[in-house]
This record gives sequence, structure tokens and C-alpha cells, in this order.
Amino acid sequence: MSLIEITEVKKRFGDNEVLKGINIDVAPGEVIAIIGRSGSGKSTLLRCINGLESIDEGSISVAGAQLLPDELHLKALRLKVGMIFQQFNLFPHLTAGRNVMLSQMVVKKTPKAEAEAMAKAMLERVGLGHKFDAYPDQLSGGQQQRVAIARALAMQPIALLCDEITSALDPELVSEVLAVVKELAGEGMTLLMVTHEMRFARDVCSRVVFMHQGRVHEIGKPEDVFANPKTPELQQFLGVTH
Amino acid sequence: MDEFTTWDILRNLLLAARWTVLLSLVSFIGGGLVGAALLFARIGSGRIGPSFVKAYVELFQGTPLLMQLFLAFFGLGLFGIDVPAWLAAGVALILWSAAFLTEIWRGCVESIARGQWEASSSLGMGYLQQMRHVILPQALRIAVPPTVGFSVQVVKGTALTSIIGFVELSKAGTIVTNATFEPFTVYGLVALIYFCLCWPLSKSSQILERKLNVAHRNH
Repeated sequence: MSLIEITEVKKRFGDNEVLKGINIDVAPGEVIAIIGRSGSGKSTLLRCINGLESIDEGSISVAGAQLLPDELHLKALRLKVGMIFQQFNLFPHLTAGRNVMLSQMVVKKTPKAEAEAMAKAMLERVGLGHKFDAYPDQLSGGQQQRVAIARALAMQPIALLCDEITSALDPELVSEVLAVVKELAGEGMTLLMVTHEMRFARDVCSRVVFMHQGRVHEIGKPEDVFANPKTPELQQFLGVTH
Repeated sequence: MDEFTTWDILRNLLLAARWTVLLSLVSFIGGGLVGAALLFARIGSGRIGPSFVKAYVELFQGTPLLMQLFLAFFGLGLFGIDVPAWLAAGVALILWSAAFLTEIWRGCVESIARGQWEASSSLGMGYLQQMRHVILPQALRIAVPPTVGFSVQVVKGTALTSIIGFVELSKAGTIVTNATFEPFTVYGLVALIYFCLCWPLSKSSQILERKLNVAHRNH
């Protein structure tokens, strides 16, 4: 039984068709890396899954919650999938702890004490328990991204979407964020990540999706996709010459 | 002929300055309330709201305040409605302030990065929750200095209401001049009083700008 079902999804920006019929089924606990050139539609696909972009055709459902454009359905869907962004997007006027507490209290109406306990636990989980009272601009990029992960986790989603979450980080900060993601994967969290970290994709992911010109061009286990790229486009993307 | 001392002149001007202050406050607060309502309509997702507010703002920014005062004062008179000068002055200044404040605040809201909307959306917040907890707290910080700065324009704008006969500071200046034949002294004092009202406002706008935006932006 699939957790995330993406069926024949098409998306256009004006005349430009960026998704040309995408089909992917994700089983619970799977970790999927989406790779491809910029402009191949990988970020757009991810943003469609939690309704940040509307789709023109096809359907997307996450654990039974359909993607429909009204606020009620969107909210139901978004409670099931969390999202982490390239630019962290922490709320700069709130402390790390408050960042993690806010949506629990506002969206789920969790009482403050409970939300605070959850925030502490989640910050602890990403190794930032001691930064509860720090403001985002007092944290490094890697720390900010870990707070963003804690913020998404506090809503107890059943899947996480990661949109190039290490691309805005200095090289030495990448590993601390990936370590957290790896831990989540180990705990059985379902993850869909757009990434340029090929080594990470190879080590941690259960499947790799290569997107090219708005289509799923190749899909398979990382050892097959990386070791035996079948299409010339993927070979070129990976820099393999035969 | 009676002699007027400088104190006589100043006293009369100060009494009239009360009306300048009151009209400024009414215009600014009323304009703020109307402006806030227009702001929500402007940045909401509706079809009619944004285009209505856009037209409203363009109308009020594209015509002189003096014409707006004339229209409020004489226009309603055409329909047989007798509008007292204070009412026409108040209404026109409120509508005028609202147009400018909406536009100032819209810029502040739109300066908040798109990622803030996306992050709060992805956490399941609805439009009003996003505005209340994420967007407005950040936008307000940015909005304070230009808003206080605009209050100076409101104070100076009230001077125009003298032309439709509302007796505030400028009108009182004209009346006193007609009695004393000392225009330079009188208008000098009038200008001084305006300056005493406006200078602290523009100064505090500068201080707030430095305080809110540069040092310790987020604390």
C-alpha cells in the first residue's frame, strides 16, 4: 500500500509545461532522492505534493488526503507532510523554541505547556536543545536548518519533503544537517528529497528518481541508477563516460 | 486703535492650534483604521478587493488634497446636504490618509520574503493565522518609521482645511493678521508652531528607524 501516490501529474507555467505526466508511488518508510538538472521540474514536483503549487492535471494523495485547492483539504494534506526549504525560512522574529511551538499552538491548538515540551524534545532530537531561546540570526546556517527540521517534526508528519536543504549551506555545515536526515531515515520516516548530494543519495536512499525535461527519466535502486545509468542523459548528468 | 501684544497673538494662535492637533489625530487614527481595512482587501486573494483598493489609492494619490477637500465640502452641497467645514475636513483627510497608509503598509507586507508565506503554509496555517502570527509582526516593525514619518504630512495637510473655512492654526493666522496688520510676526509664529508639532515626529521617525531596523533587528 503506497503512502504517497502521484498519478499522471501535469503542471504548466503559462506555455511552459514543467511536469509532463509524473507517476511515482512511495511506500511508507521509503527514502527517495530526486535528482536532475535545474529546470528539470524536481523542485516543482516537490512543491506540488504539499500544495505550494497547484497542479493542472492528475492527482496526488498522501495517506488518503487528496490534493485539492481549497483551504480545508490543503490543511489536511499539510498536516501529513512537512516541508524543509533551501532557505530555512525560519520566522526571524521568534526564538528557535517559539518557531517550533507556533504552528502546534495555532494550527493544532495544542496547549502552550505541551507545545513547549514538544519543542524542547524536537530541538533535543536535532541536537539543539540548548538553543531554545536563541533567535535565528544568532544561529549558523546548519543550526537554522536543523531548527527548521525540528519545526516540521513537531507537527508529527508522516512524510517529509526536503527541497535542496543543504544547497544554501557552507560546505562544513552540510554534514550536520545530513546526519539529522540520516537519523530520521533510520527511524523509518518517509522522505522525499531533492538533492545534489549524490553520495548521500547513494548511501541513504532506497530509490533514486532521475528527472529530465519534466519526466521521470529513470527510477531505481541507488546502486543500479548510479552504477548502471541506462540513458545517455543520466550518464551525462552523472559525468559517466562509457 | 487697540494694540496687540505678541502674547495676545501667540495665545490666539495656540488656542487654534488645538484644532490642528485634534484634526491631525482624527485624520491619522481614522485613516489608519480605514487604511488597515483596505490593506486586507488589497493583499487578499479576492478579485474585486484588490482592484477596488488599487483604484481608490490611485484616485487619492493622483489628485491634490485641496481638490478632495473642495469636493467633500462643495460636492455634497450640490445634493442639498449641508456639510459643516469640520466634517468635510475630517472626512477628506481620513480618506486621503487611508490611501497613503494602505500603500505604505502594502509595501511593508510585500517586503516580507515569500519563504515566510510558504513555510507557514506548509505548516498548515490559514491566511489569517499567517497574517496574525508571521507576516504582520515582521511587517509592523518595518512599517513604524514610515508611518510616523507620514504623520508629519497629515499635520501639514490640515493647513489646507483653512481654505474651506475650518478654523485651525492657518486660518487663525489669517484672522489674526487681518486684525493686527502684522503678517510677518503672525505667520512666523504660525510656522514656528507647525515646526514644534512636526519636528518631534520626524525626529522620532528617524530614531525608530535606527532602532528597529539596524541594531538588533530581531530582539
